[in-house]
Amino acid sequence: MIAPQKVIDDALAAATVDETIVIVRDRAEASLRWANSSMTTNGVSMGRSTSVLSIVWDGGTGHVGSVQTGEVDPAVIRDVVAASEAAARAAPGARDSASLITGSGAPDDWDDAVPTTGAEVFGDLAASLSRGFKGPDALYGFARHELATTFVASSTGVRRRFTQPTGSVEINAKRDGASAWAGVGTPDFVDVPVDQLLSELSTRLGWSKRTVSLPAGRYPTLMPPSTVADMMIYLVWMMDGRAAQEGRTALSATGGGTRVGERLTQSPVTLYSDPLAEPLQCRPFVATSSSSETVSVFDNGMDISRVDWIRDGVINALAYPRAAAAEFGEPLAVAADNLLMTGGDASLDEIIARTERALLLTTLWYIRTVDPTMLLLTGLTRDGVYLIEDGKVSAAVNNFRFNESPLHLLQRATEVGATEITLPREWGDWATRAAMPALMIPDFYMSSVSQAQ
Amino acid sequence: MRARGGIDADFLELPRQRLADAALTAATEAGASHADLRIHRTVTEVIQLRDATLQTSVVSRELGLAVRVIVDGTWGFASHAELAPEVAADTARRAVQVARTLRALNGDNVRLASEPVYRDAEWVSSYQTDPFDVPTADKIAVLGDYSERLLSADGVDHVSAGFHGVKEQTFYADVYGSSITQQRVRVLPSLEAVAVDAAAGSFDSMRTLAPPTARGWEAVVDDDIWNWSGELAEIPSLLTEKMKAPTVTPGPTDLVIDPSNLWLTIHESIGHATEYDRAIGYEAAYAGTSFATPDLLGKLRYGSQVMNVTADRTVDFGLATVGYDDEGVAAQCWDLVDEGIFVGYQLDRVFAPRLGETRSNGCSYADSPHHVPIQRMANVSLQPGNENLSTADLIARVHDGIYIIGDKSWSIDMQRYNFQFTGQRFFAIRNGELVGQLRDVAYQGTTTDFWGSLEAVGGESTWRLGGAFNCGKAQPGQVAAVSHGCPSALFRGVRVLNTMTEAGH
Repeated sequence: MIAPQKVIDDALAAATVDETIVIVRDRAEASLRWANSSMTTNGVSMGRSTSVLSIVWDGGTGHVGSVQTGEVDPAVIRDVVAASEAAARAAPGARDSASLITGSGAPDDWDDAVPTTGAEVFGDLAASLSRGFKGPDALYGFARHELATTFVASSTGVRRRFTQPTGSVEINAKRDGASAWAGVGTPDFVDVPVDQLLSELSTRLGWSKRTVSLPAGRYPTLMPPSTVADMMIYLVWMMDGRAAQEGRTALSATGGGTRVGERLTQSPVTLYSDPLAEPLQCRPFVATSSSSETVSVFDNGMDISRVDWIRDGVINALAYPRAAAAEFGEPLAVAADNLLMTGGDASLDEIIARTERALLLTTLWYIRTVDPTMLLLTGLTRDGVYLIEDGKVSAAVNNFRFNESPLHLLQRATEVGATEITLPREWGDWATRAAMPALMIPDFYMSSVSQAQ
Repeated sequence: MRARGGIDADFLELPRQRLADAALTAATEAGASHADLRIHRTVTEVIQLRDATLQTSVVSRELGLAVRVIVDGTWGFASHAELAPEVAADTARRAVQVARTLRALNGDNVRLASEPVYRDAEWVSSYQTDPFDVPTADKIAVLGDYSERLLSADGVDHVSAGFHGVKEQTFYADVYGSSITQQRVRVLPSLEAVAVDAAAGSFDSMRTLAPPTARGWEAVVDDDIWNWSGELAEIPSLLTEKMKAPTVTPGPTDLVIDPSNLWLTIHESIGHATEYDRAIGYEAAYAGTSFATPDLLGKLRYGSQVMNVTADRTVDFGLATVGYDDEGVAAQCWDLVDEGIFVGYQLDRVFAPRLGETRSNGCSYADSPHHVPIQRMANVSLQPGNENLSTADLIARVHDGIYIIGDKSWSIDMQRYNFQFTGQRFFAIRNGELVGQLRDVAYQGTTTDFWGSLEAVGGESTWRLGGAFNCGKAQPGQVAAVSHGCPSALFRGVRVLNTMTEAGH
């Protein structure tokens, strides 16, 4: 394959319209999957996507063409540019038109080689797993490592690149009808604590020696960080400013306007995304081939800053790309590819130790919107609901279907724990970078019992 | 009607056989007992309009080659974006290396069910107008026209319009001698009207019922395939009525479910539950398992006597319809549920022998050259009844119930027991007649209880194909498109929820 920098140079050189943006994303991925204590699928892949965005200006209105390809034959670059330009010439004007971000040339690492990965990163993991496979519990799970290097360049001088490492190990263990889950994110597959995960799973399966059947209803419930992440990620996805302004989201205010400024909780909860948050760093600039409610192609190359979506318990920001921010007179806010929440300092074990009686969840699954006016979500508990009695886990409980809103959960939480890096279960395919506290909800609503184990 | 064109010349001009020879020879020389090569190209167009104004329009192309090998009973997979013989050979050697590196983790000796060899086979799906032969500006104009029809009506404040078109081409070759080239097309048109009552702080929406389909642009451009004019004309008044409709009383309720809603319940509670890989734990850590385990095959009462379900890779316009799957197995049609009894699974070439079958039923699919083929869903469909009942006949049997139309929210647990669905439109039934809409409705159930409460199915005249583009499965995540046909159907005593009550209001 020719180098991504060469693809960019060739595409910009072939461009004939007013302005052009080129985004190249090189992706190397290795994955390993197992079930019933045996490997099932695996693979290594090398892929590239090249996006050419062509812009034809008509006064202050941009007409955009966007063509993306995974083809790597150098001969196709001219075709892609031509197709993008033809699309731009035929396109209606874009509502999110804004002058392109300008730049002053390539950063020092621009010409560096693109890093790759392969099955060799699983060496240590495979050794630990092999031992686990010989143990008494049936193991299921998935490990993946991905290095995605994104280049953004424009005819207005933007040159930015970023390599995003993404990795995770998830293990599901089953014993005598009980199921438990543990997962961890890892950017580099160095020192992944597989033995510790296996030990934790064994402890949790041990909790299932005693089982208690509980009916549907409202329960004091301790949500560990992974479950909080899945609910809060969905909340942030629903925080687009335009729709809220139009009165069509749960963040719209009765009578018009939005709920920004409204206090949700007395707890000093702050929910934010920040590309520089260690060790959950992510791409600090916009790179998109498609405009949506929350991002604009005209913002390609623009810095992404920290956004406090909720600050000290108050709804603080909604997502606005530049054009929408100008249209509504609101602050620019673009979400980085991570999500963090702070607000307390007690560890999960400390909260358990002082809890008289509550459910302890492990993960959530199949979360979907039921009623967008309240952001009411449904979903299932998965791979471990436990009963806390007198400061200790005393038994395993059946699974439930819940109907709850992340906004209501924040309003009702009676305790916020210490922030921990966690792996969201439901949205982990898209959102692996999360740090969340546990939440104690006094009356979490379990709508019905699920027989699933 | 099958108006078939050929496979696009630019795909046929790729050096398919040279790449296959290079990869399969390299794999065999490196020690593979099985090898197959797939060249996979997809072209995708996504257009979104917001209030009749263009929000985005993107064409994406994906092209690459994938090599799958078995070495010493262990799978190895590798892919690459570059289509050159030396890259194909190198990718094959990398796949062999992956298998060797991870051999120690494999406890199952992989064996494949045999399949006849298909040399130089070609297959093209049934469509009339390749959506990629239609200028994007023309598509935007049609969506703009449809949007304006909704926006100009009373009671509609906002309109979202979307078009998603896909053309997928594959070339498959294996060491046994099969070489198969295929091309298929699918489209997903959608319009949604939104009504806002700012003073009350409420809003609601209603979406068109036009299903995604393995047809071309002909399904979108006019009223020949789908009655766009009729549906766009009735949505504003339906939405206005829904905004003012009474809230539902929760409790056990008789339901007549329209095919536009029931397809998704079938997908979740039957389609995924009869995937053999799920039933034996391959998806346990992710998509989940199934209550329909192999020991229950031929014994489990899945539903009532009138429940007959087939899996089908051959139905015209089905999103999962193909000539051959991604392991070179020819398309088939078979029974999953027969008179309420669970009788069949969806299989690939590895799972067929594990179940004791001699042949795969052709359910292997990968969504990208960079993903390994896995077992994916056929078009799983509920069969119509012989009595030729109409939807009105079913409604006439209900004293006090709800007629549900269109899909919206969906969720089901990891063993496919407990589900909850909402819909687009809910009509109260009183004494066998529709008496106006209801709101805040969801229905919840356990799969075998729900299908056990199926009293009657409509006839052939009520049977429709619904479906989805975005069925997710596996890690790394893969999406697949699949259709589900069904008649209208009558269920007794299903648990209906009031979603406001569920939220604590």
